Amino acid sequence: MIRASRQQAVLALVAIAALLAMPWLVTSDYYINIATQIVIAAILAMSLNVLVGFGGMISLGHASYLGVAAYLTIYLSTHAGVGALGSALIAIGATTLLAMLFGYLALRASGLGFLMITLALGQILWGIAYRWASLTGGDNGLGGPIRPRPFGIDLMNPTAFFYFTLIFLVLAVWLISRFVQSGLGQSLQGARDQPRRMRALGYNVWLIQWLSFVFAGFWGAIAGMLYAYYHQFVSPQALHLTTSAETLLMVVAGGTGTLFGPVVGAALVVILKNVVSAYITRWLMLLGVVFVAIVLFMPEGIVPGLRRLRETMKMRPASSAEASLPAAEERTT
Amino acid sequence: MTAPALEVTGLHRFFGGLPAVRDVSMRVPVGERRLLLGPNGAGKTTLFNLIAGDFPASRGEIRIFGENVTGKTADQRTHLGMARTYQIITLFPKNTLVHNVVISLLGLLKLRFNPLSDIRKHTALWDEARSILALVGLEHLAERTVADTSYGEKRRLEIAMALAQKPKLLLLDEPLAGLSADERRDVERLLQTIPRDVTIIMIEHDMDVALAFADVITVMQHGQIVVEGNRAEVVADPKTREVYLGH
Repeated sequence: MIRASRQQAVLALVAIAALLAMPWLVTSDYYINIATQIVIAAILAMSLNVLVGFGGMISLGHASYLGVAAYLTIYLSTHAGVGALGSALIAIGATTLLAMLFGYLALRASGLGFLMITLALGQILWGIAYRWASLTGGDNGLGGPIRPRPFGIDLMNPTAFFYFTLIFLVLAVWLISRFVQSGLGQSLQGARDQPRRMRALGYNVWLIQWLSFVFAGFWGAIAGMLYAYYHQFVSPQALHLTTSAETLLMVVAGGTGTLFGPVVGAALVVILKNVVSAYITRWLMLLGVVFVAIVLFMPEGIVPGLRRLRETMKMRPASSAEASLPAAEERTT
Repeated sequence: MTAPALEVTGLHRFFGGLPAVRDVSMRVPVGERRLLLGPNGAGKTTLFNLIAGDFPASRGEIRIFGENVTGKTADQRTHLGMARTYQIITLFPKNTLVHNVVISLLGLLKLRFNPLSDIRKHTALWDEARSILALVGLEHLAERTVADTSYGEKRRLEIAMALAQKPKLLLLDEPLAGLSADERRDVERLLQTIPRDVTIIMIEHDMDVALAFADVITVMQHGQIVVEGNRAEVVADPKTREVYLGH
C-alpha cells in the first residue's frame, strides 16, 4: 500500500512538473488554451468520478453545476455589479446549495432511477436557461470580460490563466485523493459495494452519499467558475445533456474509481474535440470509434488498462523464465 | 428491573399477500443465548431482518434494551449496541481482511464523516482491527484480500466484523453453515469465548452445536413461533417433532 502511494506521489509530481513546464515547451497560445480546457474538463470529470467511480452513482446531470456556476459568475460580474471574488464565491456557494437540493431529490432513488432523476433535473435547468431569455440571454447566452486580476496578474494572458487553472487542478487532485482515503471516502466506497452491510455496521448510507454528492457538486462549481473565466461566455449548451454525457465519457474512458483516470479521459476528449476536429469533419464518429476501442481492449478504462498491461509485461519475463526452467533441467540431466 | 435485550411484540411482516412473519412475540433477557430453529421458509431470517431493521415491520413493535426501535433505521439500531452476521456472506472482497475489520470499527466512529483525515494514518484503528482478527485466529491473514481466503475464513471474518462493534446484542445467522468439521470446532470455540453479558440470538441447523449452545430455544414454522422453552422442553414437545418430521 505504501509503495503504491509512493509511486502515485512520484507520478503526480512528474505530472505537475510536466504541466508547469508546458508553456515553455508549447509556445503557441492555441495549445496553451487547449491545455487550459483540459484542466477545466479534468476538474469537472474528477468531481463526477467521486459519484460514479467511488460512489457507484451514475449521474447524467453533472453539467448542472458547471452551467449554474458559470451563469452565476458571469451574471453577477456583468449584470449585478458584484466584484470578481464576490461573484466567484457566491457562484460556488449557490451551486453547492443547488447540489444539496439535487442530492436530496436524486438520492430518493438508486441505479437507473438515480440516473433518470439527475438527467431530468439537468434538463430542467437547461430548459430554464434556454427559455428565460430576460435573465439568461436565452440561446444567445451571457458574456462579457470577467477574468479577474488577482494581485495585479493579468489573467487575459493565456499562460497566466493556464497557471491559474492549474492551481485549482492541483487542489482538486490533492483534496479528492485525501477524500478517497478519508473516513467519508471509505464509507462511500463501502456503500457502493455493500450498502446493506454498511447500514448494519452503523453507517447512514443516504447521508454518506448525500455528503459526497455535495462534495462533487462543489468541485463541479469550481469547474464552472473556471469555465466562465475561460470562455467569458456561457450558453444553455453548458447545461445540456451532451455536456453531462461528455463528462461521463471522460470518466469512463479514463477509468472510473481512479484518481488520474478522469484527467486522462478529459485530455482525450478535449484533444479529439478541439485538435482532431480541425482535420476531420466527423470527429464525433472518431470519438465513438476510440470509445469502442477502449471498451473492447481496456473495458476498465485507460489508466487501469495501462496498469494491467504493465503488470502483464512485468510478469511475462518471469513466467517465460519459469517455462524455460524444465527445459534447462532436462538439458543438465 | 433491567430491560430485556430484545422484546418483540405482535410482529408481522407481509410480502404482498404472503405472511412471512405472523404475530411473533418474544422476550430475550440480557445475557441469554437464544436459538432460533425451524425448517427452511419458517421466517427465521425474515425475523432477523426485521429486528436488524433491514426492512420495516408491517405491524408490531421491537424494543432493544427497552428502547422502541420499530421506526428506526438499521444504522440507528446498530448504534444501540446491536450487531449481526449474514447467512450469505457479505464482505468487501477486494479489500484485505484487516481493512474489512477497520470498516466495521469505523461504522461507530465520527471519523466516518471526516472527508480529509486519511484513515491509513489512524494506526490505533488498524492495531485494534488486527487484535480482533487475532481473536478469531485470522491475524496471520490480515493483509490478504478477502477474495483469496477460504469459505471458513470468510465466515470467521463475518463474526470478527460483528465482534469489532463490541455488541451488547449479537444476531448470528447460521454462523456454521458450509464449514468443515475443523472449522466448525474453531467457530464453536470462538462463540464460547464471547462474554456472557453479550446477548446472542442464533439461527443454526447444526443441532448438536446449537442445542449445547442455547439457554432457550424458539422453534418457528410458517412465520409463527410454535414452541419455546429450554432444551429438554423443546425436545420433549411433540410440536417440535411435527415441525421437523411432519407427524
